[in-house]
Amino acid sequence: MTDYTDTELMISRAAQELQNGDTTLVGVGVPNLACNLAKRTHAPDLEMIYESGTIDSNPSKLPLSIGDPVLATNARSIVPMIQGFGYYLQAGRIDVGFLGGAQIDRYGNINSTVIGDYDDPKVRLPGSGGACEIASNTHRTIIITPHTKRRFPEEVDFVTSPGYIDGGTSREELGLRGGPDAVITDKAVMRFDDDGEMYVESVHPDVTEGTVQEATDWELQFADDVTETRTPEQAEIDLIRNDLDPDGVYTE
Amino acid sequence: MTTETDMETAISMAIEDGQTLYLGGFTHLIPFAAGHEIIRQGVEDLTLARATPDLIYDQLIAAGCASSVIFSWAGNPGVGSLRAFRRAVEDGVPNEIAIDEYSHFGLVSRLAAGAQDLPFLPLRTFVGSDYPEHNDSIRFVDNPFGDQPGEIPVVPPLNPDVAIVRAQRADAEGSAQMWGITGEMVEAAFAADTVVLSVEEIVDNDVIRSDPNRTLIPGTIVDYVVEEPYGSHPSYAQGYYDRDNEAYLDWDRQTETHESTQEWLDEWVYGVENRAEYLEKLETKRFVDLQPQTSYGTPIDMGEY
Repeated sequence: MTDYTDTELMISRAAQELQNGDTTLVGVGVPNLACNLAKRTHAPDLEMIYESGTIDSNPSKLPLSIGDPVLATNARSIVPMIQGFGYYLQAGRIDVGFLGGAQIDRYGNINSTVIGDYDDPKVRLPGSGGACEIASNTHRTIIITPHTKRRFPEEVDFVTSPGYIDGGTSREELGLRGGPDAVITDKAVMRFDDDGEMYVESVHPDVTEGTVQEATDWELQFADDVTETRTPEQAEIDLIRNDLDPDGVYTE
Repeated sequence: MTTETDMETAISMAIEDGQTLYLGGFTHLIPFAAGHEIIRQGVEDLTLARATPDLIYDQLIAAGCASSVIFSWAGNPGVGSLRAFRRAVEDGVPNEIAIDEYSHFGLVSRLAAGAQDLPFLPLRTFVGSDYPEHNDSIRFVDNPFGDQPGEIPVVPPLNPDVAIVRAQRADAEGSAQMWGITGEMVEAAFAADTVVLSVEEIVDNDVIRSDPNRTLIPGTIVDYVVEEPYGSHPSYAQGYYDRDNEAYLDWDRQTETHESTQEWLDEWVYGVENRAEYLEKLETKRFVDLQPQTSYGTPIDMGEY
């Protein structure tokens, strides 16, 4: 029986969402570990692009930010932001984007800007960065976040990154590409139905459907056949602990 | 005409109260030495613009130099939030600051419009988000060429009064070569009225002309050039030194209160006369730990014609 933490399960499960040959826009932390894990296992031809403009990075060690010099050394190319966001992202050359956030609603709209009123905030968060354009211009996005009622409210305080807007065809009508494909939390994996609404596809071992509902502020939909989430293999855990994050910066 | 000078002179000549400043870089080549000099000179009422305000903007805000920030991601990169920025926005400490907020591509497009003297640039961002509702500078125009899309968001130019950018090397005329991550520095330099360039080393004009593709900022747009080794510490200069990550983690702890932030400024900014004194205060071992191994690019042959 492989021993793993919640974060390690999320990393390993997120890695499964990536296919060999995908081009992905990587965020620092858990998404970075998921991408590097995929690249060292089933997706050696994964192309990793970072917001800072590094194209096909091959980091020799864990990058500490998305502008880390290890992402530049040995990259295929380094471009100014105007080209990374314009020629690559806006032009549709990036398959998968990773997003996180303080709040996410049933249609996958994400808030990473502000808690409370925009003009008189309770908590001022860092803001969009590239998240708004990643959500708008990649072919699919994967959302990784801890699962709590506060993070899964009925309505987000601010839409930083559009998901399926109000559901139905509202995203398509706005001319936005792609959309959220999966939400991976420390309790479950969720996907989106034809109406753009989130539903639970699998729950993690030792987590019940009730626990997932309890941590969500709206009445969640569940798939007819909710399965148990795939757990990490020993080889994946070894890679994460020995190679990708040996100091446990993001996994402890 | 470019003037080669020291940082104190460049800042006092270029910067005045009330200006809009861009202090460059995306994690890389952050002009910390210039920012500290601005704090020492007591400049006030600045509008600070950059996609990724980081520690140097937090320091300028804590020192009371700023009244406004134009940005797209305000955080301590890889660590967490900017506490001084948050105190100013949430509690008005040490003073209220106005914010003018975009996504990365939105802000970079503003600088690109400024660099090209365009009235606006269109982009496929902001549709379906709440930004247009809160920012009057994000507007929509009809597509004059068809209906795919029928209308598109546009942002106006951003022309800073002064851009302060760093590069690995430049000649005495200020023609700068940089490598690694360049972010939006080149757009900002071309958009600004005045450019202060600070470099790790000043080199012969022959070095610059031997590899013209690498010259991203021409001396013709640079007003002041300053040789300031380690002027980006604790951020990094690709091939010269790594980011001093301990300093980024320390800043997070040091800035828990406005008072503890002031203590840091007293010691590391007001308590030293210039960057040379700042560097003398740092332990030698830190510099050794930040040295990368070499990894040379293969020289190219421009050909002699």
